[in-house]
Amino acid sequence: MLRRSFVLGCAAAAALLLGSVQPTTAADRFITVASTTSTEDSGLFKSILPKFTEKTGIEVRVVAKGTGQAIDIAKRGDADVLFVHHKPSEDKFVAEGFSTERKPVMYNDFVIVGPKADPAKVGGSKDVSAALKSIAAAKAPFVSRGDDSGTHKSEQALWKTAGVDPTTGDGWYRAIGQGMGATLNTAAAVSGYAMTDRATWLSFKNRGDLDILVEGDKRLFNQYGVMLVNPAKFSHVKAADGQAFVDWLVSAEGQQAIADYKINGNSLFFPNANEPGA
Amino acid sequence: MHEFGLAFVTAFHLIADFDPGLVGIVGLSLRVSLTAVLLSALIGLPLGAAVAAFRFPGRRAVTLFLNTAMGLPPVVVGLIVYLILSRSGPLGVLGLLFTPTAMIVAQTLLIVPIVAALTRQIVEDLLVEYGDLLRVMGTGPVTTLFTLLSEARWSLLTIVLAGFGRASAEVGAVMIVGGNIDRVTRVMTTSIALETSKGDLPLALGLGVILMTLSLSVNFAAAMVRETRRA
Repeated sequence: MLRRSFVLGCAAAAALLLGSVQPTTAADRFITVASTTSTEDSGLFKSILPKFTEKTGIEVRVVAKGTGQAIDIAKRGDADVLFVHHKPSEDKFVAEGFSTERKPVMYNDFVIVGPKADPAKVGGSKDVSAALKSIAAAKAPFVSRGDDSGTHKSEQALWKTAGVDPTTGDGWYRAIGQGMGATLNTAAAVSGYAMTDRATWLSFKNRGDLDILVEGDKRLFNQYGVMLVNPAKFSHVKAADGQAFVDWLVSAEGQQAIADYKINGNSLFFPNANEPGA
Repeated sequence: MHEFGLAFVTAFHLIADFDPGLVGIVGLSLRVSLTAVLLSALIGLPLGAAVAAFRFPGRRAVTLFLNTAMGLPPVVVGLIVYLILSRSGPLGVLGLLFTPTAMIVAQTLLIVPIVAALTRQIVEDLLVEYGDLLRVMGTGPVTTLFTLLSEARWSLLTIVLAGFGRASAEVGAVMIVGGNIDRVTRVMTTSIALETSKGDLPLALGLGVILMTLSLSVNFAAAMVRETRRA
């Protein structure tokens, strides 16, 4: 008797669950895009992807990671399109045969944010090298992504330009190995400095005491590129649909969609697909 | 402190508005975690009972392994499943990475040891009481297992609920193998992680409130079943 009710209970639970297992989305035409946290967290994709899907019927599934991890996902063949922001890594990706062509899409810029009290006195500076030197000299807390992302790589390059090796400091430089948002949360919590892309900053809500202190240096330029994962390398790559997305991003329509995305009247990304060498 | 107040207001609004995005996320969370729990029960309950009831070589090693595996770090399980299901991995041809199925697989691997290890302990205790009787009756192995599981069913329900708690609360594994893709593999815990990274702490905490409410409902339902069946 007891046994029967137990078995019945199990069977009922099984039937209930199996009945609920069904495809989440009706669309079976989709591509997977490995991209960065900045494009996802800033809300750009939420704004532009529906326009692409409406036009083509292709659903875009975005896996948003740091640039380093996104490239790794693409290199394993787990994405159809790679959309990231670190040109040297992207060129290497193409050189290694994982894609046949990289196309520039848009840019924004990095900024240095920090506490309003500004212990390193860098506020208003347009010279990022000098600013980083001051932060190091003041031993003011600086929170770094430390996650091999595009932003992290650019930050490391800037420290190099400034002639400072922050990792030898005595604890003021904190590499937390997390995404942009977590880095800003940490910087807000410890009233520290951090480098962030402007798009994430503009859409970030937990700013605490932080404000933009350094901006406008040409070296803070942040270029995004897109590439189709090479179907010759991975036969399952959805070449036609992936290429359609790449082409749309750099088309007049896609570029306009990017330009149209604003928060409080501020543009977050600036399309520049037609700029030679971008 | 006012974040806590805001979180409850946010949670209330999300529920009251029956936010369609939220409904999808909650539905996927339940679907993934409940399926994983069901599979884990189907595997773990007989497995745990068998380890308790039968003598075989390596039994102590299996017990030790199951007990240790209860503490498997979700992020490690996620990574292993990721490498196996990746297109460059051994099961890559299935194309399961970044799908709810991959999330179910990862969570099942996480919960089976919990269900099996705890079942083993409970059934072993039960055997002290019933062992002689079963031997006298000369029941076969399958009947023995079912009798033991059936006798222990209310304790086992608690174990299954513990498994559900583990599944619905973990973020490490589903984040890696699911990829947190909007409307495809985004569940409650990965949404909370995402909103935290966007700096929207009240929304993140509000989602946390909803997740705990959900967990409360599942446990409440289980308690109701238990009460009515016992009466």
